[in-house]
Amino acid sequence: MNSAKERLVNGIVKENPTFVLMLGMCPTLAVTVSAVNGLGMGLTTTVVLALSNVFISLLRKVIPDKVRIPAFIVIIASFVTMAQLLLQAFIPFLYSALGVYIPLIVVNCIILGRAEAYAYQNPPIPSFFDGLGMGLGFTFALTVIGAVREILGAGELFGYGIMPESYVPVSIMILAPGAFFVLAFLTAIQNKIKIIGERKGKDMSKIQSGCSHDCMSCEDAGCSHRFYDTEAGERRTEKKDGEKKENAGKEEEGK
Amino acid sequence: MNKLLKVSSNPHIRSGAATGNIMLTVVFALLPATGFGIYNFGMRAFLLILVTVISAVLTEYLYEKLCKRPVTIGDFSAVVTGLLLALNLPVSVPLWMGALGAVFAILVVKMLFGGLGQNFMNPALGARCFLLISFTSLMTDFECDAYTGPTPLAVLKEGGSVNILDMFLGKTAGTIGETSMLAILIGACILLFTGIIDLRIPGTYIVTFLLFVVLFGGHGVDPAFLSAQLAGGGLMLGAFFMATDYVTRPVTKRGQYVYGVALGMLTGIFRLFGPSAEGVSYAIIISNLLAPLIEKVTLPKAFGKGGEKR
Repeated sequence: MNSAKERLVNGIVKENPTFVLMLGMCPTLAVTVSAVNGLGMGLTTTVVLALSNVFISLLRKVIPDKVRIPAFIVIIASFVTMAQLLLQAFIPFLYSALGVYIPLIVVNCIILGRAEAYAYQNPPIPSFFDGLGMGLGFTFALTVIGAVREILGAGELFGYGIMPESYVPVSIMILAPGAFFVLAFLTAIQNKIKIIGERKGKDMSKIQSGCSHDCMSCEDAGCSHRFYDTEAGERRTEKKDGEKKENAGKEEEGK
Repeated sequence: MNKLLKVSSNPHIRSGAATGNIMLTVVFALLPATGFGIYNFGMRAFLLILVTVISAVLTEYLYEKLCKRPVTIGDFSAVVTGLLLALNLPVSVPLWMGALGAVFAILVVKMLFGGLGQNFMNPALGARCFLLISFTSLMTDFECDAYTGPTPLAVLKEGGSVNILDMFLGKTAGTIGETSMLAILIGACILLFTGIIDLRIPGTYIVTFLLFVVLFGGHGVDPAFLSAQLAGGGLMLGAFFMATDYVTRPVTKRGQYVYGVALGMLTGIFRLFGPSAEGVSYAIIISNLLAPLIEKVTLPKAFGKGGEKR
């Protein structure tokens, strides 16, 4: 269960798809006019993400490497179609609010990215939790962006008026430019928290792992899934330099 | 030979031009329009101008203090931004809206992009468009004690007729600083004679706009219609004070002509074919965005480079 918890935390906080990985920007910017829309979009994506991750993981030994992208798309599209029909049947108001962005979940790069980077190389259960974590991280981000935009742009939260009567809504916030403003400010706040944490000596580095291994103790120096975006990461690599040289010898033997 | 000879590298003669001086001259040149705005719309206009200028300067000061950067409010650029923003607002807007616009102009458009010299669009106009989109009804409500009724351009758009002399003097509805073509032209002359701006951008802008109106305005060469289009709205204020902003215009000479043409065409398109009667501010900020591209293609060739090969 430890890896499940790790995947969840990873998806929601460390590698939050919206604020950290900057993936899935199209739905993020387009549907977050209200908190409800953000929540609905996020949860729909979560369901699709978790289920498609499980299926891709189950089929990972069957799918040939060369046609894996079309295969992923077929699996994802099936789940999206199911989600779309269910939404249309049971939550019609959300269905009409989200509109074309529901079928577009198929090409959401978070889903394809997790399939490619995680589910294709890992067993089903961790893949499920990876999808769930990423999806919840996405949901969280979309709901927060939607809530801020709704409060500023309409004076409401989840449809209830929470601002005083005299408040004049800043309607640019529920138009397209507002999405960019709010996303930029929230990402800036998130980065600020990270910097403060780093100063206190906490490990706040954002390292994208495309595999189940921990990047910090990974020996594969040329791994394409790996990138450091903080100085903390660079410092760590320097420290590990000594060890790496030893490992380099081993690798060559392996080849 | 007891005099020491100073040996130094060039330049040996420096002009006194500094950001502070230039910005002060711009403030000075804006005074006729500001003064007329206050005379025309009353003390309420003065209060609004005061609020925007103070919030603009305060925002810049606080941001720089918080970020531990050198404080640059001494160069008066925040004053110019605040003043220009106020001149672009109708007199009836609430005071907090002026303050919000000033904060947006300085914080989002200017400081977050690196401060003076780094902003990619004119801060005052960026803020005006922000307010215009956010509070459309309040920002297009030009009714005040002095004038009830739409702006001359809105009247023209509906096919009505306007009094050209009133428009030239400024006795019409509109934003605080844009109504009087006379006051703006006095300010423009100050800028032209002190060499702060030249006629390249305003000239190309206005000529292109006039040509556009003659070709597509549906009135042909009708002096009354043309002069009303010229004197109405923010065209003069925009052409002389905002399109010529050093930071957001192209630096190359040929580029400035291209920029002027783009401004004129866009203003013409917005005014004649757009849903609203005015389009100067959108035209300027869109052209601001084009400025880097214009510079790229109009960069002069360095001497001895890029010549024709035989």
